[in-house]
Amino acid sequence: MGLNREHELHGRRRGRNLGVAVALGAFVLIVFGITIAKLSNGQMIEGFDHALRPSLLPQEEAR
Amino acid sequence: MSDTAAISPPREAGFGDYVALLKPRVMSLVVFTALAGLVVAPGALHPMLGFAAILFIALGAGASGALNMWWDADIDAVMRRTARRPVPGGLVTPAEARDIGVGLSLLSVAMLYLATNWVAAALLAFTIFFYAVIYTMWLKRWTPQNIVIGGAAGAFPPVIGWAAATGGIAPEAVWMFALIFLWTPPHFWALALFMKDDYSRAGVPMLTVTHGRAETRRQIWLYTLVLAAAALGIGFSGIGGPVYLAVAALLNARFVWHGWKLKRRSEAEAEADGYAAEKRFFRLSLSYLFLHFLAMMAQAWLVRAGLPGGW
Repeated sequence: MGLNREHELHGRRRGRNLGVAVALGAFVLIVFGITIAKLSNGQMIEGFDHALRPSLLPQEEAR
Repeated sequence: MSDTAAISPPREAGFGDYVALLKPRVMSLVVFTALAGLVVAPGALHPMLGFAAILFIALGAGASGALNMWWDADIDAVMRRTARRPVPGGLVTPAEARDIGVGLSLLSVAMLYLATNWVAAALLAFTIFFYAVIYTMWLKRWTPQNIVIGGAAGAFPPVIGWAAATGGIAPEAVWMFALIFLWTPPHFWALALFMKDDYSRAGVPMLTVTHGRAETRRQIWLYTLVLAAAALGIGFSGIGGPVYLAVAALLNARFVWHGWKLKRRSEAEAEADGYAAEKRFFRLSLSYLFLHFLAMMAQAWLVRAGLPGGW
């Protein structure tokens, strides 16, 4: 009898592991989806790192 | 000992056994009523956030189901209806059920807050607390009013859906709460009538055990009348309209008629036909609630589409 003999218990454990993997994957996708939805609901992000942000400057200078 | 089968432990739990801890059938009703609350509420929620809100409300309901199975394992073991649940069946340990319940409660409330707002999250937290602590740990084993007061836990999902969409609570949300709250007692008392000995064997003070079956039939009838009044009243509220009212009138006429028939039946008649009328009333109560919320959503869609339909 080989040591790698398949038992009903192995199938059940594989199913459990697969279920947890799918649930975690779905959770990641949902968090990603929420993030995208929240960002698209708000203002656009200003990518002005280490630089003057035009929206903070007085109206005159910004022009 | 030669008989190894006699000492072999029960089979190891599969993923489905952990899902069963979350009471998927109850979750389906929660999903539907929470969706109704979300749809009929004024204002628009991003579809992804709406989807997440429904998912985490359902997960919160599932978490309270797991806590219920942890606490009630002793009762579940002696009731035929629940004896094969994962905890009394020996597949999942009570501690596992408790930990899954607590973990998913925290996760669902936190995620609902992040996806929507603190009002919806606080309502979900209160609902889980109400079902797991007030109903399961306190009311269920103490008073025949367990189902009446405990019904509030099941009545919250449309209110949470409403809060997720609007950030607050309005009279219309309270109407939806009232509909499920008043529907719960006749629904569960009909079940208690045909599950006969289950509750008495488990020592749960259901109305059938404490006040007798004739009184239970009378109470079902009375609640059916109050429920019909509330269901028709919704027709004249902000979420009502001609379409909802027409559907509600038909559903309630039928429900009241069957409630009356239950009241008139004697135990001998019920036993003679294997509790057919009680079982029919129980099934009818499920479609009754489902169709009311469907009518509310249809009414809201009609109004939103600019078609004649609102008051």
